[in-house]
Amino acid sequence: MIENLSSPLVSPAGARVRPVQDAFHGDLLEVSMGPHHPSTHGVFRMMVTLDGEAIVRLKPVFGYLHRNHEKLGENTTYLGSMPYTDRLDYLNSMTNNWAYALAVEKLIGQPVPERAEYVRVILAELTRLQNHTCLAGFLMQDCGCSGTPLMYAFRERERILDLFESLSGSRMMCNYQRFGGCRVDPGPEWLDAVRGLVEGYGAFLDEYEALLTGNEIVMARTQGVGRLKPDLAVSAGITGPMLRAAGVPYDIRKVDGYGIYPRFSFRVPLGDHGDTYDRYMIRVLEARESISILRQALKDIPAGPIIDPKSRLRGLRPKAGEAYGRIEGPKGEIGFYLISDGGPNPHRYRVRAPSFVNLTLLEDLCLGHTVADAVVILGSIDIVLGEVDR
Amino acid sequence: MTAEAIELDSWLERLPLTLRDLLAGPIPGPWRWIVQDVIAIAVVLAVFPLLFAFLTLAERKVLGRIQNRPGPNRVGWGGILQPFADGIKMLTKEDIVPRAADPVLHFLAPVALVSFSLLSLAVIPYGRHLVPLDLDAGILYFFAASASSELAVFMAGWAGRNKYSLLAAMRALAQLISYELPLLLSLVPVVMLAGTLSPSGIVAAQAGWSAGFLPHWNILTPWGLAGFAIFMVAALAEANRSPFDLPEAESELIAGHLTEYSGFKYALFFMAEYFAMCALSGMAVTLFLGGWQAPVAILQFVPSYGWFAIKLLSLLLGFIWIRATLPRLRIDQLMRLAWKFLLPLALINLVTASFWHLSAGWGAAAQPLRWGLGLALVAVPFVVIGRRLSTGLGPRTYRYAAP
Amino acid sequence: MLGTGILKGLAVTAKNLAGSFHDPGRFVTTQYPEQRSVLPENYRNFPFLVAEDDKDPMGTLRCVACQICEKECPPQCIYIEKSRDKKPDAAGKMQLYPAVFDIDISVCMSCQICVEVCPFDAIKMDQEFEIATDNRFRPLLRDREQLARSNRYFQQVHPTEAAEVDARLAAARRAAEEKAAAKAPPPARQEVQTKPATERPDPPAGGIKTEA
Repeated sequence: MIENLSSPLVSPAGARVRPVQDAFHGDLLEVSMGPHHPSTHGVFRMMVTLDGEAIVRLKPVFGYLHRNHEKLGENTTYLGSMPYTDRLDYLNSMTNNWAYALAVEKLIGQPVPERAEYVRVILAELTRLQNHTCLAGFLMQDCGCSGTPLMYAFRERERILDLFESLSGSRMMCNYQRFGGCRVDPGPEWLDAVRGLVEGYGAFLDEYEALLTGNEIVMARTQGVGRLKPDLAVSAGITGPMLRAAGVPYDIRKVDGYGIYPRFSFRVPLGDHGDTYDRYMIRVLEARESISILRQALKDIPAGPIIDPKSRLRGLRPKAGEAYGRIEGPKGEIGFYLISDGGPNPHRYRVRAPSFVNLTLLEDLCLGHTVADAVVILGSIDIVLGEVDR
Repeated sequence: MTAEAIELDSWLERLPLTLRDLLAGPIPGPWRWIVQDVIAIAVVLAVFPLLFAFLTLAERKVLGRIQNRPGPNRVGWGGILQPFADGIKMLTKEDIVPRAADPVLHFLAPVALVSFSLLSLAVIPYGRHLVPLDLDAGILYFFAASASSELAVFMAGWAGRNKYSLLAAMRALAQLISYELPLLLSLVPVVMLAGTLSPSGIVAAQAGWSAGFLPHWNILTPWGLAGFAIFMVAALAEANRSPFDLPEAESELIAGHLTEYSGFKYALFFMAEYFAMCALSGMAVTLFLGGWQAPVAILQFVPSYGWFAIKLLSLLLGFIWIRATLPRLRIDQLMRLAWKFLLPLALINLVTASFWHLSAGWGAAAQPLRWGLGLALVAVPFVVIGRRLSTGLGPRTYRYAAP
Repeated sequence: MLGTGILKGLAVTAKNLAGSFHDPGRFVTTQYPEQRSVLPENYRNFPFLVAEDDKDPMGTLRCVACQICEKECPPQCIYIEKSRDKKPDAAGKMQLYPAVFDIDISVCMSCQICVEVCPFDAIKMDQEFEIATDNRFRPLLRDREQLARSNRYFQQVHPTEAAEVDARLAAARRAAEEKAAAKAPPPARQEVQTKPATERPDPPAGGIKTEA
């Protein structure tokens, strides 16, 4: 490597020598991961620029699942948009429905009876349980476990989906919340089935943690990977478990106190490092808190109407105005912003999707890590492409 | 073979020899050895691919059962014909050779890989009379053959004429070479104490029972336990099995060295991986688990190849169990484990084994001390180096927000 | 100590391996199609039209072609054409009926809003899901004849809901008959039209009603 360059390094023989590092420094390698890829959680593409093993640039490309959700909302009645909200974050349809119903109820000033509020809380916490369980399974799949944590997670998730099916008729596309309450009254048998599930869920989480949490390889793969600083998280608008894993105590259930959440006592777990392991553990701890909320709600649920008797199904024409309804969904803050002009369809219908906002930090989290880590970091952000692309 | 040994043999034990002599009987004297060797080769070539076939099925079914599901159960009674269905599928797939690839190397790589893995199966003593090739330096031959198969991995990456598959092949090769060292160092104590490089000799050195029920297997000593653990971890890495299966992880690599292959050549790569797994498990049984010896004296009525099969299948089941449970290690973590953890432990194991050998003459009263020192020499470095290796990692406690 | 986490994990998988042989909670596969899962009563797939009498489905459809479901359907998969004449319904009142009632089930998203808004309990959700075809055009467009099922079928698949609907309709019919009978002798009084149930039907009580 003796070349006539203006390099400050000079060999003893007097000739100019290029440092070995420079000699091997080749071009940057640009790789496109996806959209057909086993680990990208849907049709998602990452244009990754690598210098050797380390990522120097990462450009997320999405929009492959764009389905015109917001424009469709402008051409559909308020009731008609409810089934479409199921399909936004298709794993958590009950919480999507609730956020939308909350926005419309704010717009028209619709009260909600007690029993409906309790049922909404029960369903939202069940949704949170199945989402966090599902995420732990997918994260471990990305780390390379050949399916075992995923299968255990789905085994339990199936039980929750069976509950949703027996209540609303469909496992994932529930279309269950209405403006002023819920569509169907769950009878005592359904509530007993939920009690049975809740009692057994703690044992399942214990077994799941025994498999994963103390596992040295899991810790080696996830600790220190993808650290998120709290101020970056707040300035980027991150919400949900990702924010709380970075150490910021912001949970909309506590901040807004929507519905009847102020009646339940539950804790908000916080992480200190903001890395992938913290994001995984915060979700497991939140699942345990959800079990505690479910127990309280199941104990206190009153009898009564399931929907406000004065609510109307058809012909809803809210007065001109706007409303923003948001809830703490399992992935973060899911919010619906509606502008009404007095007609049967909204004038503007906007969805604030948590996965979309959380994804904006993907590059910052992945810089300096390897491709294997990028896959794990993406898994820990917990995205669903239905929300990201709408 | 001594007369006493022949007396101990039951007819079941001698059955394979009887069959072989039946087939080779008609051949005239000077040529009989050729026929006997051809029969031995044929048996190995028949048994191990069948074992591979049913091992893939067993893996899928055991993995399924661990994951609360049945595994393949549609083809044949309970899925038993699934490997043959997979074989037919592999054979009927189009064999794509990239235009830029070097056709000779592209063809030779899987062939070389399988051949070297098969070669290494020749020296393992499968039973009292069942060693295809009884070499005095059998251990040397075995590891020479299995190390040669690493060349085929590099051939596969080189043949693609593709920068990315070459890089991936180099990464796979780095993993294989790094784990050769702990693999070989963990068996040096065995050779030292047995005094021979011959696998049959090593098995014979583990013969006998204390008080009729405690076998003299190497694993039942402190250095043997550590050596066995190191050998099995290194064998997992040599066979590219989880948690060291990064070369095969499609979700993390840009282009592995296997992506250029389709159809039967792809199947040959996996066949070679399973042969390596079987060969290394067979060698582990020979070195540490007493080979074809029975665990207690009264169970000797089960023929020796039966015991070998039982031990081999348990080790293979252990491989599958580990695959079902553990996630994958990243390449730098993999390398660190080999060089900074397994290698020092294997070297310290040599010291432990030497101590054990030199204290063989201690009386019965000193046995607890011998065992205590031996276990301490194994456990203390493990804990210390383990702690050094996992600095910065560990379980965490979490706080909750103020209400 | 290094390795305890891995050993705990191995214990969990071993427990599941052993448990899969004797514990149904650890072997959760339903071997379809030899075994079928029991569907809950509320399970919904695609809609069907309710006919009172299974011997004359087209003549006894409850649907009066009011087109409310067509307007409310979010993906607009229903197409209705009213008839030109009127036929007596189950209560004897002269009603229009649908000459054409098409649902494109490749568009339908099974949201069941059509069922909720129907004032006449004429359209309900079916439970059949083994309906795959190999042509995605004509076989996935269901017309009136293919959509009509009898009320007896409705009672089989949704017993609780059907019982509630039948009771309500029978009560409405009785009330209408009593009103008509009370007004029959004096002809001078203005005939009060019997009104079909126009308010939104009460949602049926949910709960798990798994069939044996």
